[in-house]
Amino acid sequence: MIKQISLFAENKPGRLASVSDKFKGAGINIRAFTIAEAGDFGIIRMVVDDPDLAHKVLHDSGFTVSETNVLGVEMEDVPGQLGMIAEVLGEKDINIDYAYAFVTRTEKAFLIVRVNDIRGAVKVLDDAKIKLLDMSDVQNI
Amino acid sequence: MIEYWNPQIERMPVEELKEIQGEKLCNLVKYVYEHSPFYRKRFDDAGIRPEDIKSLDDVTKLPFTYKKDLRDTYPTGMFCVPNNKLVRFHVSSGTTGKPTVVGYTDNDIKAWTTSLARAMTSIGVGRDDIMQIGYGYGLFTGGLGMHYGAEETGCTVLPASSGNTDRQIELMQDLGTTVIGCTPSYFLFMIEAAKSAGVSFQDDTDLRVGVFGAEPWSEEMRKRIEESAGIKAYDIFGTSELSGPLFTECREQKGIHIWADQFLVEVIDPDTGEPVPNGERGELVITTLVKEALPLIRYRIGDITVLNWDECECGRTHPRIMRVLGRADDMLIVRGINVFPGQVESVLMKIPEVGEHFMIIVDRINELDIMKVQIEMTDVAFSDKVNDIINLEKKVASALKGVLNIAVKVELVEHGSLPRSMGKAKKVIDNRKL
Repeated sequence: MIKQISLFAENKPGRLASVSDKFKGAGINIRAFTIAEAGDFGIIRMVVDDPDLAHKVLHDSGFTVSETNVLGVEMEDVPGQLGMIAEVLGEKDINIDYAYAFVTRTEKAFLIVRVNDIRGAVKVLDDAKIKLLDMSDVQNI
Repeated sequence: MIEYWNPQIERMPVEELKEIQGEKLCNLVKYVYEHSPFYRKRFDDAGIRPEDIKSLDDVTKLPFTYKKDLRDTYPTGMFCVPNNKLVRFHVSSGTTGKPTVVGYTDNDIKAWTTSLARAMTSIGVGRDDIMQIGYGYGLFTGGLGMHYGAEETGCTVLPASSGNTDRQIELMQDLGTTVIGCTPSYFLFMIEAAKSAGVSFQDDTDLRVGVFGAEPWSEEMRKRIEESAGIKAYDIFGTSELSGPLFTECREQKGIHIWADQFLVEVIDPDTGEPVPNGERGELVITTLVKEALPLIRYRIGDITVLNWDECECGRTHPRIMRVLGRADDMLIVRGINVFPGQVESVLMKIPEVGEHFMIIVDRINELDIMKVQIEMTDVAFSDKVNDIINLEKKVASALKGVLNIAVKVELVEHGSLPRSMGKAKKVIDNRKL
């Protein structure tokens, strides 16, 4: 399981720059990143190397921010991998709330996924011999 | 601690109070007719002679006065005394138009002070208290008015004025402030500032009472303030034209006592000008019975309220008005429907996910009024799922629609992005060109 930083931001110029600026000052490195946009506002979701520090830095700067447990799933960077994982979860009736993915310099790709039943998902993926990331993996990416 | 500042007057039987009011009214009418060319002309135009007013019931024969009259006669055209009888001026900020000037004789200041001393005693504030006054000192009546009233009761006054919030919080702890007086907006600002300085009003100060006013605030906001600061919060009412802050609720928190030996209160139907029955909603009209420099006859303050002459559980016989949800000046008309910012506040503060700050924005797009309410995202309300946030916006919009009867667009904005105020907060932006 990994910790994702989620942040509420109004949809207006300069908000992302401000987040990035705070991270730069604190030496926090972003590993994965996505914005869910909904009209006037957006939710910025990030996986960073030091989530607790990131949470503190953003909270102290007045942002509304939370830490959410999500799954980091390691995939081979080849066609069909994403579908396979989605299928494994779907078969056990585990719903994906949202997901985003990124590739690394190695042959691996990573899928960040929030599900409605995180314990169930961990078990299902373990049983299917699919590797899950923990925070130390994130720091080593 | 004493129970009543002046038990004989505060507990006087209603019949006797009304008798006093009648006498004072008759004298007042003669006084203004003799001393103020403005009132003389107003009465002459209405065909009223001072001798026509023989009892309290005759008050309805008198013409109303309006804020506009004070503006039209700016600066001192309605005054009844020459400068050498005045000891002070206060000047309103003129946010809704030209400023108004109020003058005070020595007796006017004394009556004002007495009114507040009675009020503060009624909420159990007195000699043993340290009152920090966070209302602005200066041309505004809030600071100096409270100051004189508090000193009269024997309170130790810390004349902090508004602003310099970090210092205020420090002094509050160092000197052991027990009572704070300021606008509810400024107190919310203080709560936030204290929190970020790691200070809890509940645990780190002796604060036990807040006296909040100069802007309307809702019952729901009272609950929030009382819970988050661990104090009892009382509403204070008044307006510069009447002297300044004058009246508060008593400890029962069931309406604001208006001292009937100083002021005559009527509640009328704003359309017909006729009095409404005891306990019914209407527009507040006040006649000053003892003011010398600038007496006001049937002054239409414009507040919508309810008058209640029933004896209060506190033992005071003077009538109460319900807490004021809004001044007529603050009322918005959106698609033909009356909306008070106080109603919006009251709905929002019932929803735990919604923070204390909000802004109402009204636009006119294609001949249609569009009302938007911005609220701030809070830690409690935040979810990393977009749907949860959209559902919250919908929930708030539907609660507002239920009370206001108009569709409202609700927009969540970032925490801290709506303006904070150290005085009276601006809660409406009306972009319509009406």
